[in-house]
Amino acid sequence: MAKKKKNEINFAPRGIGDEKDGAVQKGVDLPAPTKKKHKSLGLSEDDLKAMYEQMYLQRRFEERAMQQYQKGKFGGFLHLYIGQEAISTGTVFALNDDDDIITAYRDHGWGLCRGITPDEGMAELFGKKTGCSKGKGGSMHFAKTENHFWGGYGIVGGHIPIGGGLAFANKYNENGRISATFFGDGAVDQGALHETFNIANLWGLPAIFAVENNGYSMGTAARRHTVTEIADRAKGYGMKSKVVNGMDVFSVYEAMKEVSEEVRENSEPYFLEIRTYRYRGHSMSDPQKYRTKEELESYQKNDPIERLKTYLKDEKILKDKEIEEIEERVEQEVLDAVEFAENSDFPDESALYDDMFAEDEPYFHN
Amino acid sequence: MAELQFREAIREAIDEEMAREEKVFIMGEEVAEYNGAYKATEGLLDKYGYKRVIDTPISELGFSGIGVGAAMNGLRPIVEFMTFNFAVLAADQIINHASKAGYMTGGQISMPIVFRGPNASAGQLGATHSVAYDSMYAHFPGLKVIYTSEPDDAKGLLKSAIRDDNPVIFMESEQMYGMKGEVSEEEDYIIPIGKGKIKREGSDVTIVAHGKMYHVAKKAAAQLEKNGVDVEIIDPRTVKPLDLPLIVESIKKTNRCVVVDEAHPFAGFAAEIGFLIQREAFDYLDAPVQRVTLPDVNAPFAKNLFDAWLPDAKNVIEAVNQVTYRN
Repeated sequence: MAKKKKNEINFAPRGIGDEKDGAVQKGVDLPAPTKKKHKSLGLSEDDLKAMYEQMYLQRRFEERAMQQYQKGKFGGFLHLYIGQEAISTGTVFALNDDDDIITAYRDHGWGLCRGITPDEGMAELFGKKTGCSKGKGGSMHFAKTENHFWGGYGIVGGHIPIGGGLAFANKYNENGRISATFFGDGAVDQGALHETFNIANLWGLPAIFAVENNGYSMGTAARRHTVTEIADRAKGYGMKSKVVNGMDVFSVYEAMKEVSEEVRENSEPYFLEIRTYRYRGHSMSDPQKYRTKEELESYQKNDPIERLKTYLKDEKILKDKEIEEIEERVEQEVLDAVEFAENSDFPDESALYDDMFAEDEPYFHN
Repeated sequence: MAELQFREAIREAIDEEMAREEKVFIMGEEVAEYNGAYKATEGLLDKYGYKRVIDTPISELGFSGIGVGAAMNGLRPIVEFMTFNFAVLAADQIINHASKAGYMTGGQISMPIVFRGPNASAGQLGATHSVAYDSMYAHFPGLKVIYTSEPDDAKGLLKSAIRDDNPVIFMESEQMYGMKGEVSEEEDYIIPIGKGKIKREGSDVTIVAHGKMYHVAKKAAAQLEKNGVDVEIIDPRTVKPLDLPLIVESIKKTNRCVVVDEAHPFAGFAAEIGFLIQREAFDYLDAPVQRVTLPDVNAPFAKNLFDAWLPDAKNVIEAVNQVTYRN
């Protein structure tokens, strides 16, 4: 980093609090996790087992995906969700199954959580016809609309108004559903977010907007790209907001349960800043020079999967052996998915023209 | 046939489709309480209420995106822009999302949405209120683009656009809203998207002109008739998908063609039509295709400069004279 001379004009960020002119700062401060135990949150032991399995699946799926990517089995971008699994899992367990979820391009965990099978997910990464999006979307565009997972979107902030639109349709149809829109901290600076917040509150849209603040917008620390606390964005639009510990699945579940009930009941938008940390780079090509190893390690001590595992053991819900069984089952499922993806066919060449229009035989200008 | 203003034809189309289908709604700046910036939506708020006729903030990106999300989730939005010059702020939603979401999810998402409003210049409004965007949107796969010239076409095609299960860009003109024309009184009058119309039959030269430029071509044709030139005018009505066979058939008869387009010349509608004609009807041409477009210059304010900038009948006559070797 270039050093600032005294009185020299500079456009280094002022950020929050201490100004270090672009020096690396800690990504996020995690708020205290909930103290509640699973029973008072309304979660059964079976729920916890399923949550553990789901989080472990997301983790292992992506670790295997990374390995396959490094082996050159598929190309394109690969944005990993590792470290953030408590957010997708806590949310999906808290919301109704027909509530509408939409997210950005860091979407594998969300897809798995909303019923994209490991086979369909891995095949999509490989660009195979058996993928959840028939190989047309790839890593960034997982979707399973029949399960109300509307997909991953690749333009930062571009899907935020769309999430508002999902809520608009739910209100219009009086179907009791809400929408939940997830995006990274980089998206909070986009005009799309601000326009959507204004309209969402103006029209009372039953929508949760949640930033997964993982500390970095690509390589720029949150404190270097945005002024004030992110959650305070809501104040300017008269929206309620809350800061949530995203490394603890119970905290995410508790907040989502409470907030979703309020949003559904009152038909009003809500903004959540869920603080988390991504362990891997922005994408696979990121050398991660913007943060220290020590910082990464300090967050890994709060690992959401380890945390739940410890809870399961401490509360004597699962024995070591039972945990191992879950992990082995997931491991096999993911290995099978890799095999499935490898053995699946690429889309037929004729598929190039499929799905462009609703008609069976649309006209193309070539 | 009933004589209607352009805006009345638009309103009838919206009204009929809203009456037919509960999932159709309209939103945009000033569409409800103000009754429409150009009165295209007059009376609709009274008839359908605040649920289905919705005033938006001046927030094109935001409300277009809400339209896109609503379309994905089962509704059939009509998103009105006060002008397509402002829709540039919503281009991310139209170009990056509406036109692509279905494809990139392997066909899981359908996008029945209409983006409509006035296009191109409307007098001395300066550089940022005068651009014709139909060529630009037609560039992108996944969008259908309609820019009609007469009330009858507007009614039949807007009804089709609202029923279409794809994103459709439907363009009008501030300067045409008050224009009157005969409109079919046929019940449920529909014109299929992608079908052009021979608006004037002739044998000497084919002029392809749509939107406001159709009227410029019509004026030129009337003057040319006095000079013994028999002009055929094809109004494609739909820019994309284009009714190329209709144009080609006409050229087979006239062997000459002028394309009149209110966009800038480079990579525009006229350029594309010119290419398609040389590919599909090369052997029938007795002269190179000519085009009349805006210059490669922004819209000026000064009256004399503006008049020099906008294509007029004189420019069209000059082009016809060129392709008929009459100068």
